Amino acid sequence: MTETFYEVLRRQGITRRSFLKFCSLTATSLGLGSAAAPRIAHALETKPRTPVLWLHGLECTCCSESFIRSAHPLTKDVVLSMLSLDYDDTLMAAAGHQAEAILDEVKKKYKGNYIVAVEGNPPLNEDGMFCIQGGRPFVEKLKETCADAKAIISWGACASYGCVQAAKPNPTRATPVHKVITGKPIINVPGCPPIAEVMTGVVTYMLTFDRIPELDRQGRPKMFYGQRIHDKCYRRGHFDAGQFAEAWDDEGSRKGYCLYKMGCKGPTTYNACSSMRWNGGVSWPVQSGHGCIGCSEEGFWDKGSFYDRVTSITPFGAESNADTIGKAAAGTVGAAIAAHAAVTALARARQKAGEPANTSEQIQGEK
Amino acid sequence: MLSQQDMLEAERHGKQVRSIYVYEAPVRLWHWINALAMVVLAVSGYFIGKPLPTVPGEAAENFVMGYIRFAHFAAGYLFAVGLLGRIYWALVGNHHAKQIFKLPITNPQWWSEVFFELRWYLFLEKYPKKYVGHNPMAQLMMFFFFTVLAVGMVFTGFALYGEGAGVGSWQDGLFGWVIPMLGGSMQTHSLHRLGMWIMMTFAVIHIYAAIREDIMSRQSLISTMISGWRMFKD
Repeated sequence: MTETFYEVLRRQGITRRSFLKFCSLTATSLGLGSAAAPRIAHALETKPRTPVLWLHGLECTCCSESFIRSAHPLTKDVVLSMLSLDYDDTLMAAAGHQAEAILDEVKKKYKGNYIVAVEGNPPLNEDGMFCIQGGRPFVEKLKETCADAKAIISWGACASYGCVQAAKPNPTRATPVHKVITGKPIINVPGCPPIAEVMTGVVTYMLTFDRIPELDRQGRPKMFYGQRIHDKCYRRGHFDAGQFAEAWDDEGSRKGYCLYKMGCKGPTTYNACSSMRWNGGVSWPVQSGHGCIGCSEEGFWDKGSFYDRVTSITPFGAESNADTIGKAAAGTVGAAIAAHAAVTALARARQKAGEPANTSEQIQGEK
Repeated sequence: MLSQQDMLEAERHGKQVRSIYVYEAPVRLWHWINALAMVVLAVSGYFIGKPLPTVPGEAAENFVMGYIRFAHFAAGYLFAVGLLGRIYWALVGNHHAKQIFKLPITNPQWWSEVFFELRWYLFLEKYPKKYVGHNPMAQLMMFFFFTVLAVGMVFTGFALYGEGAGVGSWQDGLFGWVIPMLGGSMQTHSLHRLGMWIMMTFAVIHIYAAIREDIMSRQSLISTMISGWRMFKD
């Protein structure tokens, strides 16, 4: 039997008082209210720690970089105490066969009772040869590891949607995890990377309540992806007032006006950046003066420029947005109508005035 | 004296006009409310995507985007409720009220008249035909560029409104699925805007065709949508 979280903490010399403080803090950050704190404490005192296997496919490790910078709860607590992170290529000390052996061991020992966290995605073209780990394609390792898992967490835009390696034309056919693994609960935690506190929050919730958080239509935890950046943006007042930065160095930009006209994707992006912010609440993209690029939205690399709101539409190619297509159509039709009217007028002028149009014609559709 | 003269003149030169009641009052009322809603929607929608120049002063003293968005949402509700009412009237109204909702595609006679109308608009037919309701070509265009498109605009529109109303709102519950289906919020915004351009382009064609046929086909079109009576002038 694995130790419980509480036992580990006590062994590390942490007082019960500090432990209860942590429980209250976690309950608050998950938006659960004070009544949940004793439940969290009880869960952490009685449940054995859940083993987590952290896999890396095609990715840039920005999710890991973000994760290890979590401030609340401290990643140290999560990684070393709350969950038993048994496998993570980039963080673990072991290498080679010893490292790979743990995968089989956990799979057997905790069958149906461990969590797989996937960073990155498997490429499927050429039998998955674009991502080789331990001498075989990553997609095989992913399928095997996930087969006996309790749940799967898809970290970041890569695992959730495909991200840059899946952008058109997607030469390696990089594929999001939920399109490769079926029949398992999968939690998408998109973002490039996701916010550290969101990542640890999701893990904490799962370990505490022994179930996955409530998900939306796209498999994202509602508690963190239920609102758009725009809904909680501190510059929202300027948007409603109609005050925009119109150039990177204009007066509006200096005054901190809304970045909508600079192409900010806040109104079309679901994430917690505007409420949780980044790096322990230091700042976030809009606060630093640049619009949101929509990194937690599906296929954001293929959804037009980062610097336009009326931007290119996927089926129409890179240079065609709704306005160029619409204006071209309206212009063409307008010219055609003018020409048509001119021809009609000429034809009519040629017709003798007062000549009766065909009076014998029967009226159609009369019943 | 003058009026007597006029009456004599009218008797001598006037032509026999036959008329028939086509558009019932709810259809006519809907047509003009819908037209007004569409104008407000198109203009306000254009400025939501490409806002007006920045206003000076404090944020608290201005609400430009707020008012524009309010106008858009209010007109959107009017458009949607109007469309629902129009669908209801298609069920209970006269057979002309059903025209823009169903096409008699299995009727070869109808198709031949679609092509007749096409030839008429291409100046290949000398004399127009007269129709009590829409001509078949107009019916075809109306079905795709108004009815189908309007339903698409209502679905994408309410899906986008649901984003602001939030998870759990009825707009999100009923229409929220549209957004992932179309490939995300940004894509849905773009397609909604493209829909606006298509509808406005169609409106231009619609108005042109109505004026032209009013003159050329020797039957009333524009006044029919006001009085409900179609008049055939010979």
